[in-house]
Amino acid sequence: MADRADIAAADLGPVTTLATPIRLDFEFTPGVAQSRFLRGLERGKFIGQRCPKCGMVYVPSRGSCPTDGVPTTEDVELANVGTVTTYCVVNVPFAGQSIEIPYICAQVLLDGANISFMGLIQEIPADQVRMGMRVEAVWVDPDQLTPSLASVRYFRPNGEPDADYETFKEYL
Amino acid sequence: MSAAAARRTPRPVSIASFAQAHNVRRDDEHNEVEMLMPVVAGVFGNIGITKDDIDFICSGSTDYLIGGPFSFVTALDAVGVWPPKSESHVEMDGAWALYEAWVLLQEGEIDAALVYSFGRSSPGNLNEILALQLDPYYVAPLWPDPVSLAALQARALIDAGKATEADFAAIASRSRRDALDNPKAQVANDIPAEKLLEDEYVVSPLRRHALPPITDGVAAIVLAAGDKARQWSEKPVWITGFDHRIETHALGARDLTSSPSTVRAAEGAGVSDGPIDVAEIHAPFAHQEIILKEALGLDDTVVVNPSGGPLAANPIMSAGLIRIGEAATRISSGRAHRAVAHATSGPCLQQNLVCVLEGE
Repeated sequence: MADRADIAAADLGPVTTLATPIRLDFEFTPGVAQSRFLRGLERGKFIGQRCPKCGMVYVPSRGSCPTDGVPTTEDVELANVGTVTTYCVVNVPFAGQSIEIPYICAQVLLDGANISFMGLIQEIPADQVRMGMRVEAVWVDPDQLTPSLASVRYFRPNGEPDADYETFKEYL
Repeated sequence: MSAAAARRTPRPVSIASFAQAHNVRRDDEHNEVEMLMPVVAGVFGNIGITKDDIDFICSGSTDYLIGGPFSFVTALDAVGVWPPKSESHVEMDGAWALYEAWVLLQEGEIDAALVYSFGRSSPGNLNEILALQLDPYYVAPLWPDPVSLAALQARALIDAGKATEADFAAIASRSRRDALDNPKAQVANDIPAEKLLEDEYVVSPLRRHALPPITDGVAAIVLAAGDKARQWSEKPVWITGFDHRIETHALGARDLTSSPSTVRAAEGAGVSDGPIDVAEIHAPFAHQEIILKEALGLDDTVVVNPSGGPLAANPIMSAGLIRIGEAATRISSGRAHRAVAHATSGPCLQQNLVCVLEGE
């Protein structure tokens, strides 16, 4: 057994790394507006909300118009189809990746909405995806629907002609 | 205003409006934006203004409480920022956000600011979350919870002969009795101190009554200077002194029975330049009121925490801002002429802010 002198004399060098594991658990409160959105996903529908002042439709809404700062109380059911406003091709593998690379991550502007949200684009080769492409949501089977974006498997081309740039240029 | 106070505040700034949510143990119905919106609408509505009358916005909050990154950015949705506004945020109690806005108003470029804070303690485990504000190498890995740290301080106070457990109970009893007149309070009751002393210890020497409640709450204040101060209030409540100071991170290097940072901040804010009628003190644990009262130089003629104080509602990140709002309300309602409001942050009163308010 080493005595104190041995320990003091041992040149172990400076400590350069110290691991202090930290884990915190939280309960998420979506609130009134986002609960409407999540309950919509559970029914296979996109539910947004309209600003009573400027008329913009947000999906999902957090309960207020971020421009005007007033409550959004009118629910708006949005179409199942929309337009790819912009996209990127993911070629980088990372831990926990559940889909094969390359894949497409896109901003989709649902018809009737004034804000785009993120979705996967599948059933089309990555090099054929383009801005303005019309897409539709593909949902999980009805018995698999939950109040979560996992209910939307991905978006795929719906065969309509591409949208004119003028129709979505404000949403880039 | 005394000459000394005038030197400290080259430009008079008033607390033009104050609003807070009803403080509750847990609001599981609304997200942060939905909690803030009615309070922001209220703080504007009190004086008949809109966001367009505001030149600057500053908020206080911490993402650690709800576990949501950049929650202060999304919280801005509650105000609406078009046309764009100059905006800032502090990862601190809203009292420090108010300090930043007050400093900006001193420059004279703008005349009005909105300050708000949101503190939602219910989504996570507060004992674990608050441990993470400690020294990350030698203290935080031990996960000391805030109640245990406060108990160390309370024990030191008793051992120094500065207080007794009965004093803690008397403060808790008085605070929650006063809270019966505060419609926004979370915990209000009328229980004699002798009865409270029959409680079990949570962490000796602190019994349940000496601890603050866990609270979800939000608050907002509008600051005004120049013509707007008079337009928005017939009898403005002026900030006549403002300062904040911090002590070392190392708990073992501090005398926990005193609060030198509060003493220094009180000097800077000019607390002793005139008589104080009322004090709203951010003492989350009952014994801390004794330390802070001494540090602020307050005698027994001063009414302390007539709102019930943090023992009646302690929304983390908002409780300090609420002290300033409550003190201003005492003056604007004619029940006080000169008041001191205090806010604290960190373990065992590590950092302290002192704001002196005066009516006309």
